Amino acid sequence: MVRLRAGSPTGTVVPVIEVNELTKRYGGTTAVKDLTFTVRPGLITGFLGPNGAGKSTTLRMILGLHEPTSGTVTVDGRSFRDRPRGLRLVGSLLDAHDVHGGRSAVAQLSALARSNRIPQRRVEEVLREVGLAEVARRRIGGFSLGMKQRLGIASALLGDPPVLLFDEPLNGLDPEGVKWVRDLFRRLAAEGRTVFVSSHLMSEMEHTADQLIVIGRGELIAAESLTEFSARGTGQSVTVCTPAAAALRNLLTAEGAAVDTAGDLLAVTGVTAVRIGEIAMEHRIPLHHLSTRSASLEEAFMELTADSVQYLAGDPQ
Amino acid sequence: MTTTYAPVGGLGADEPRARFYDLVAAEWIKLRSLRSTWIAYGATFLAVIAFNAGTAYDTYNYWPERSAADRADYVRAGIPLQEAFTANSAMVMMLALGAIGALAIIGEYSTGTIRTTFAAVPDRRSVMAAKTVVVTAVATVFGSIVAVASFGLTQAILDGRDAGISMSYPGALRVVMASALLAPVCAVVGMAIGSVIRHTSATMIAAVAVILVLPIVFTEGRHWSAVAGHATLYQAWLRLVEVDPRQTDFPWTTGGAWTVYAVWALTAAVLAVTSAQRRDQ
Repeated sequence: MVRLRAGSPTGTVVPVIEVNELTKRYGGTTAVKDLTFTVRPGLITGFLGPNGAGKSTTLRMILGLHEPTSGTVTVDGRSFRDRPRGLRLVGSLLDAHDVHGGRSAVAQLSALARSNRIPQRRVEEVLREVGLAEVARRRIGGFSLGMKQRLGIASALLGDPPVLLFDEPLNGLDPEGVKWVRDLFRRLAAEGRTVFVSSHLMSEMEHTADQLIVIGRGELIAAESLTEFSARGTGQSVTVCTPAAAALRNLLTAEGAAVDTAGDLLAVTGVTAVRIGEIAMEHRIPLHHLSTRSASLEEAFMELTADSVQYLAGDPQ
Repeated sequence: MTTTYAPVGGLGADEPRARFYDLVAAEWIKLRSLRSTWIAYGATFLAVIAFNAGTAYDTYNYWPERSAADRADYVRAGIPLQEAFTANSAMVMMLALGAIGALAIIGEYSTGTIRTTFAAVPDRRSVMAAKTVVVTAVATVFGSIVAVASFGLTQAILDGRDAGISMSYPGALRVVMASALLAPVCAVVGMAIGSVIRHTSATMIAAVAVILVLPIVFTEGRHWSAVAGHATLYQAWLRLVEVDPRQTDFPWTTGGAWTVYAVWALTAAVLAVTSAQRRDQ
């Protein structure tokens, strides 16, 4: 376990990622369009968007792997591509499969460490940290996806960097692994690092991120805190159960509410639960159940990105 | 917002100066940690030695059937030198080393490792230069071992009929050196083709075309064709191992043949080093 050392000298690094009017086109396809956002230290920033929204392309441009068509992206004020070595500034996991299956985990990490003048002891440390010490000398080709994710996280941690980028790091992890990764991210952010994590599932981010950057079809949809984002939800819907469903429905519709009925159950939007209770009381309609349900973050996310989902299942083409 | 970051792994915030030597060491770790590297070199070594020793053993076997005059003329005609490194084994080695050199870089592109590599070292040219250095150095060591071993083994077999020669025999050293250096030149050519094409099968086809087909297509019939042929690696090697050059319509010097080696090696190295610079990875 790596722990925060109190009173250790702080670096001069300001680990901020700044993306400015970033655009990337591949031939006629625009993958990322006019994207502007900032990722700050000390927080976990979730990078959300449906499949094909341009998340991976953006991460690759941050790392200098892809050249932007226009716009700029800097880490600590400089383009990453202009640096001779990268691991001590940015640790990244883009795709857990980006390793040669013929090598052992320890060989893979040793080569990376050596290229950045990172002492060999860090290799042992990060392998222990991610729980791969036992299989360090086995060929990566025999690893499960979850083990490869752990190895990718180990490579990202190798240079003890102030900035960490992870592209869909939870894929293939078991529940214990997911919890471990979340705790790790929280700790990394608490240590003052910039942690930028992409995902296409809101439910993954809901319990992980402090800040959200949401994109769809390459364009920015939202950049705000998780709390602000959840407030965007379409509001509340009220569930009512009553033997006089038809009667109540008519009364509520007259009140301006939208009502969906299914047997004894009504799903009501546009009127508060309090008001529904009052109406029922006035008209002596018995209620067996009355509750307010907040729209989940997942619904807020789906709603926001509905226009920008590229591959919709069951959608007649 | 001024959150300060405290390094926790004990690495400190001061980044050490970037050294090229570290990249070479890293590339060496990558190359030696793949079992396929050792299998490919081992198999090539056995194939080359087997072709050469087989030819010498053939000579040894059928020696009693040769006439006295034929036997007397054998060494003077330079045949022991031809058997020290045969054209067949040269061709096998060229193709194998071209493939090994290509795989050194294709292995990174096809698995996606290249992204991990360039994310760790954004200075792509230095990475590719370090890889070129390692591939060339390892192939040079391999070429030297296989050429010297072939010479020693074939001449030891021929010695059984008193037809072997020593390394001090005129032209012997040149045969060994030309054969040894053929390995690194082909490896770096293979790596250059792999770096430019980046796909396994297309790279292999291109490598076979450059290494094997071109020298066969260009013959001595016309001047332009002879010159083009002389510019290929295989014909340059043939020129260097020729002890008694046949009189052809278009003779050329060993200096010219060494130049062909150098031009191929340098052009390939430049291509390999620069190819990744401008492309998305």
